[in-house]
Amino acid sequence: MSSSNTHITEGIEDDFASFGDVTASATRVTPGNALRPEDIAVAGEGPASDAVAEYALQLGDDALILAQRLSWWISRAPEIEEDVALGNIALDQLGHARSFLIYAGKRLGKTEDELAYWREEEEFRSAHLVEQPNGDFAVTIVRQLLVAVYQNLLYTELTKSSDQTIAAVCAKAVKEVDYHRDHAIQWTLRLGRGTEESARRMRVALADLWPYVGELFADEQLHDDVGDAGVHPSTLRSAWDEEISAVLADAGLEVPQVPDAMSRGRHGEHSEHLGYLLAEMQVLARKHPGATW
Amino acid sequence: MAEHHTKQAAAPAEGKGAHLSAVPSDAERAGQAHFDEIIAKDSRIEPRDWMPEGYRKTLTRQISQHAHSEIIGMQPEANWITRAPSLKRKAILMAKVQDEAGHGLYLYSAAETLGTPRDELNDQLLSGRAKYSSIFNYPARTWADMGAIGWLVDGAAIANQVPLCRASYGPYGRAMVRVCKEESFHQRQGFEILLELANGSDQQKQMAQDAVDRFYEPSLMMFGPPDGDSPNSQQSMAWNIKRFTNDDLRQRFVGMIVEQVKVLGLTLPDPELRFDEESGQWIHKELNWDEFKAVISGNGPCNVQRLARRREAHENGAWVREAAAAYAAQQAEKVA
Repeated sequence: MSSSNTHITEGIEDDFASFGDVTASATRVTPGNALRPEDIAVAGEGPASDAVAEYALQLGDDALILAQRLSWWISRAPEIEEDVALGNIALDQLGHARSFLIYAGKRLGKTEDELAYWREEEEFRSAHLVEQPNGDFAVTIVRQLLVAVYQNLLYTELTKSSDQTIAAVCAKAVKEVDYHRDHAIQWTLRLGRGTEESARRMRVALADLWPYVGELFADEQLHDDVGDAGVHPSTLRSAWDEEISAVLADAGLEVPQVPDAMSRGRHGEHSEHLGYLLAEMQVLARKHPGATW
Repeated sequence: MAEHHTKQAAAPAEGKGAHLSAVPSDAERAGQAHFDEIIAKDSRIEPRDWMPEGYRKTLTRQISQHAHSEIIGMQPEANWITRAPSLKRKAILMAKVQDEAGHGLYLYSAAETLGTPRDELNDQLLSGRAKYSSIFNYPARTWADMGAIGWLVDGAAIANQVPLCRASYGPYGRAMVRVCKEESFHQRQGFEILLELANGSDQQKQMAQDAVDRFYEPSLMMFGPPDGDSPNSQQSMAWNIKRFTNDDLRQRFVGMIVEQVKVLGLTLPDPELRFDEESGQWIHKELNWDEFKAVISGNGPCNVQRLARRREAHENGAWVREAAAAYAAQQAEKVA
C-alpha cells in the first residue's frame, strides 16, 4: 500500500534552498498568455476620443465597485469554498477594472491608481446596482445574478467593439464573467428551491435590488458618441429579461413587479452607499500623497 | 467516501480495545510490524495502512491545527483587502488570502483521511477546543503588517513546512508540497511590500520598521517552545512526521532573515543577535514564552475577535448550507 520511495528525506536541503527565495519576483508572474492590465499600460494607443475614455471608465468603475463589495466576503462566506469562489470573482472583476481604468487613463493622463484613489465620489461612473451593500448571502447572489448576466451579454457584444483594446479586454473578461454567471445561477437555484427561509430571503433580495436594474440598460448620449466602440445597452435588455426570467422560473421565484428607481450613477449622482465604500477604499492611499506601494 | 472514512476510524478503536485487554490481536501485531517497517525504511504511510492510535491522533491534531491556522490566518490580512493602497496590491492580497482558504481546504481533506470529518474539526475550532497558530491572534494594525506577515510569518511557516513535505503520512506530505509552493509566493509578496515601503517616504519606512519590530519575536515563537520544553517533538520525530527540532528550524529561519533584512535596509529588533562561530548557532534574545503561553491559552489581543468572526460567518451561513443540502436532497430524489 505504501509508496516505494524509500528515504524520502533525501535532498531535503535542496528543498530548503528552492523555497524562501524572497528576491525572486512575486508579481511579474501571470498564468498563460492572457492580456494583463500591465500590458495595456505599456503597449498600444489610448482611447481615440474622450467619449471612449469615458465609456472605458464606466465599464471599469462598475467592475471596481463590485470587486470592492465582493472582496468583503473573503473570510466571511457561508462555506470556505465560497470564500474561494467569491474571492475569485472579486479578483476577476478587479482585473477587468484595472484593464479598463488603465486604458481610460491613457487618454485622461492618469494611472489606474490615480483614477481609483484620487477621484471624488461624483467623478465615479458606477451604476447604483453594484454600489448596493452586500446584505445577506441572498442579496449578494441576486446582485451577482443581475450583474453577471448583464456583463456577460455586454462583454460578448463588446468583443466586436471597433476599439481593439476594449474588444481584447472583453474577450478575456467574457470567459470569466461566464463563470460568474454560472456561479450565480447555481446559487439562485439552490436558494430559490432550498428551504422556505432561503426562498423568502431571495424574494426580499430580488425586490430590493430590482429597482436598480433599469439604469444598466438606459441609453445615454455617450452611447451615440462612442459609436461602434460601444453598445447601446437597451439592445441587451430583452435577452437579459429572457435569461433572468428563465433562471428565476427554474428557481421557483418570480420577476418582481417594482418600478425603477431614479438612478443617475453614470452622471456622478450616486447612492448614499458609495461615499462610505470610497472612504474605506481610498483612506490609506490618500494619507500618503505621492507615495508608491 | 464518508462511510469509508468512518470504517477506517473504527478499525483502530477496536485495536485499542484489544490493547486495553493487554492482548494485541494478530491483526494488530501484523499492522504494527508493517508500520514499523515503513517508518524504519523512511517511506510513506497511506490512509488504509494500519497505524498506531497515537500516530493517528497526533496527525489529526497537527493537520487540523494547521488547517485552522490557514482559515483564522485569513482574517488579519482580509482586514486590509478593502483598504489596500494600490489596485495591484489589492489584487495580490486577495489572491493570497484566497490561497489560504484553499490551503485550509486541502488540509481539512488530508485530516479527513484519518477518519475525522471536517464538520467535527470545524466544531472543535468554533468551540475553542482546537488550537491554531498563535501568531494570528496579533492584530494587523498597518498596511506594513501585510509585508511583515508575508515575509516573517509566511517565512517561518515555510521553514516549518518544507520538511513536512516529506512527512511519513502520505496525504499530509503531498498537501504540503502544494502549500509550500504557494507560501513561497506569499513570502515574496510580503518582502516586496516591505521593500517598497523601506524605499519610500520616511513615514512608509517607519511603518515598515514598526511592523518588523512587532512581528519579529512572535514569528520566532512560531517554531514552538525550545527543544527542552517540547515533550511531543521526540515522538513526532520518531514517527518521521517532524524532521527537525523546533530549535533547529528556528536557527535556519533566523539565518535566513538576518541576510534578507539587510536587503530591506531595515533592522531586526534584537540587540543580542549574533552568530556564534564556536557553536555554529545564532544567538538571539530570550523569547517571551510567558506571552506565548498567554496568547495560546486565549489571552492574546485578538483571540476572542478571531473566533467570534469565524462563528459569525458559520452561523450566518447556516441557512445557506441548509438550503444547499435541501436542494441536493431534492435532486437526489429526482434521480432515484
